Amino acid sequence: MKIIACIKQVPDSEAKVKAEGGKVSWGDAPLVINPFDEYAVEGALQQKEAQGGTVTALCVGTESAREALKHALAMGADEAILVSDVALNELDTAGAARVLAAAINKIGGVDMVVFGRQTLDNGSGLTPAQTARVLGWPMLGLAGQIKVQDGSVTVDRVIEEGRQTVNAKLPAVISVVQSIGEPRYPSFMGIRKASKAEIPVWSLSDIGASAPAPLVTRTELMKPPPRETTVEMITGDSPAEIADKLADKILAEKVL
Amino acid sequence: MKTFVYIDHFKGEVQPASWEALGLGKSLGPVSAIVFGSGVDSIVKSAFEYGADEVFVADDEALKDYRAEPYSATLSALASSQSPDLILFPTTARTRELAAMSAVDLPTGVLTDISGLEANGDQFVATRPIYEGKLVEKTVCSGKPVMATIRGRAFPKPEADSSKSGTPTKVEVKADALTNVEGYSSSESAVNLGDAGVIVSGGRGVSNNPSLQPPTSMDERQAEIWRAHQGFALITELANMLGGAVGASRAAVDGGYIPYSHQVGQTGKVVTPDLYIACGISGAVQHLVGMRNAKLIVAINKDADAPVFKQARYGVVGDLFQIVPALTEAFRKKLGK
Repeated sequence: MKIIACIKQVPDSEAKVKAEGGKVSWGDAPLVINPFDEYAVEGALQQKEAQGGTVTALCVGTESAREALKHALAMGADEAILVSDVALNELDTAGAARVLAAAINKIGGVDMVVFGRQTLDNGSGLTPAQTARVLGWPMLGLAGQIKVQDGSVTVDRVIEEGRQTVNAKLPAVISVVQSIGEPRYPSFMGIRKASKAEIPVWSLSDIGASAPAPLVTRTELMKPPPRETTVEMITGDSPAEIADKLADKILAEKVL
Repeated sequence: MKTFVYIDHFKGEVQPASWEALGLGKSLGPVSAIVFGSGVDSIVKSAFEYGADEVFVADDEALKDYRAEPYSATLSALASSQSPDLILFPTTARTRELAAMSAVDLPTGVLTDISGLEANGDQFVATRPIYEGKLVEKTVCSGKPVMATIRGRAFPKPEADSSKSGTPTKVEVKADALTNVEGYSSSESAVNLGDAGVIVSGGRGVSNNPSLQPPTSMDERQAEIWRAHQGFALITELANMLGGAVGASRAAVDGGYIPYSHQVGQTGKVVTPDLYIACGISGAVQHLVGMRNAKLIVAINKDADAPVFKQARYGVVGDLFQIVPALTEAFRKKLGK
């Protein structure tokens, strides 16, 4: 089975991101593989182990994104491809989907494309379904479990209301949630292999795509307004007394 | 101005934020509701009662369960023929997919999880969180129609008026599907924090009850999870007493204490309840940005220096295993339950 894990590089979750001159800055915080995409790589590797085949990590980004791809290689991906082009600076989600779909078509013979549920930066979670739509493949979103049998795939979708079992023929696009299993740590051998790996860089012309014009654009960037609050500590001689006072305070706020 | 609002439901149960979206649409001018499914007469009726001027309905066996392809194809065809300026959705697992795919068809853009929308000339400027809520952006879509999914509880819910009614307009169904829905189970992890008016959350501290004696057959890790389950049982009792939902910090989820669907503060899980009670949560940045928009925040923690107290209106420095059950009892009396 030929499996693609789509990943993105984002500032580390611990980064103190700021709005500076209308742009996002994260100081000297490291750029890392989007944490949700580690689950995508994990899900892809599980399928490779169950079915045989290969896992290719695919990323649209700048040169720095090689590091995120190396992380996927160190986890166990067989190869990595970076799509990078100066014309790709202003992608929206649908644009990213068109570029990814073009790269997936160029790779050819793909059975399954696995995404994380969303990214830490934009966080809209639209790209997996948009990639499926551009490819014309079924979309199986928010999978907590994946099973492949006889050319079809069944996933347990984790939705607000519970779990839904959904089935489709391969090739298919899948997005995974954390229930897929904790991402494995890169092994020592994996890290060595990744450090030596040649990562091909494809331009837009390599994948036969033109730069999609963004339809969604940012006009303003702000810090969220600070929460104006001073804490009032509730004390008492016993838990019952504290609870009684606290319950009265909460009831007086009329939030129930 | 022509606004459509997609009414999202699961097995006939409407996501409350659908009506909030309808209210937002109504504030901009005439509004049409969109209802897809099979046997959805009662939802159509509700849509009129909540103020829809017109209801487009696709009621067909092929739409019995939500499936991405037939739903998005039907929506895209409707949008192409009717040319609305704006389509609003509640933000759910289904609508993210549906809006995403229709936006590829039309083509247009989707503004997700918005907490504000201003009409500026013929442009809509939406406010939405990015970087796990650490920043807020204003964003516009140059495509038509503009598609936006609204955050639950960010816009007022209109009053239903049972005297209102109407005749829905039938929509052509595009039935081509690429997926089959084989089954469904509601599970203990089923939770919708976005719609919850009250959330009681637990963190790492939930596993630290020294007075509990786990069965001796358990290893250290099993014992930790066993303890945490007892702790979350107390939190669940308080949440039930207040008619609320149970939340959790990332530490509690990573510790295996509770399914991740309860996690507050991961991307997309910014919650806005009227009351948020944080128990045994010290307050990592991601968690604080996830809950800071709650109307009233109460923190219970044994560490007086925990950052969570900086966001809270009321704080208790103490043992959550004593305070939380006492608080449940106090509310039981005061609420007459």
